[in-house]
Amino acid sequence: MSDQERVVADSAYRAFVSYIDKSREFYDAQQYERPYRWARHDESPFTPLAKPLSESRIGLVTTAVNLDLPDDTDTEKLPVASTFAAPVEPVPERLFTQSRSWDKEATHTNDLDSFFPIHHLQAAVEAGRVGSISERFYGIPTEYSQRRTNDADAPKLLELIREDGVEVALLVPL
Amino acid sequence: MICGSARDIVEQASVPRFLFTDFPLGNPMGKPYDEDMQRAITNMGLDLLEDARFPRTTVQTPFSWGDDAWRSSFMRVDDSNRELLRRAGEIRKKQQARRKAEGRVRAE
Repeated sequence: MSDQERVVADSAYRAFVSYIDKSREFYDAQQYERPYRWARHDESPFTPLAKPLSESRIGLVTTAVNLDLPDDTDTEKLPVASTFAAPVEPVPERLFTQSRSWDKEATHTNDLDSFFPIHHLQAAVEAGRVGSISERFYGIPTEYSQRRTNDADAPKLLELIREDGVEVALLVPL
Repeated sequence: MICGSARDIVEQASVPRFLFTDFPLGNPMGKPYDEDMQRAITNMGLDLLEDARFPRTTVQTPFSWGDDAWRSSFMRVDDSNRELLRRAGEIRKKQQARRKAEGRVRAE
């Protein structure tokens, strides 16, 4: 058992993974000059639901890319990422996830609903649990620049979801 | 509301509602093709939307991946890959420089 495996198995250590620590060490090993400064806020906004969920419109936001490309696509050749909205119907058969930093050894993203729960949300609407789903789903880039996220991508996403009358946003990052 | 698996990143950012599933990154809504699990996680998310009363509310789903190997494997750095990562860093720097020269970076 390696030292790392020993730590994971030892309940004297935190069980859930610290991605902040892992990514700092990982990128330091790749000669990044400065560790990434993750977003940190002392406060969080909170808005109670204005009306019952059964009367509300929900919008699904993903960090996957709305392209049907094979997994071995050279990600260097992808178009520059941007915030987008795309029709929910027909449900996309797949979304491109290979350019995102999920665990490609432990699992896969071939099942859309494992990270993009559109069918389960549709079932929740049919069951009367949720009022409706927006006619579009939304995508937002995974961006190192917090300035771009705050000043460009988040306002653009807000504009898109407001266009569609979305009242509850569900973000499922990869 | 956010449904995710990177607990420290999301909680440090401070979000209104967070449904955390302690899985490898990539399947925050449940294991691939496990419809019952995915349905349960979706419904827990809807419960959280309705029930949360305060910001920075985290609820953890009860599901386990089944093994813990992924916890130490993901982004691991040890003697077996340290040199490989150093060389990957050199390649990355060249790719970034090329991307910048080609104008394939997002404008500030």
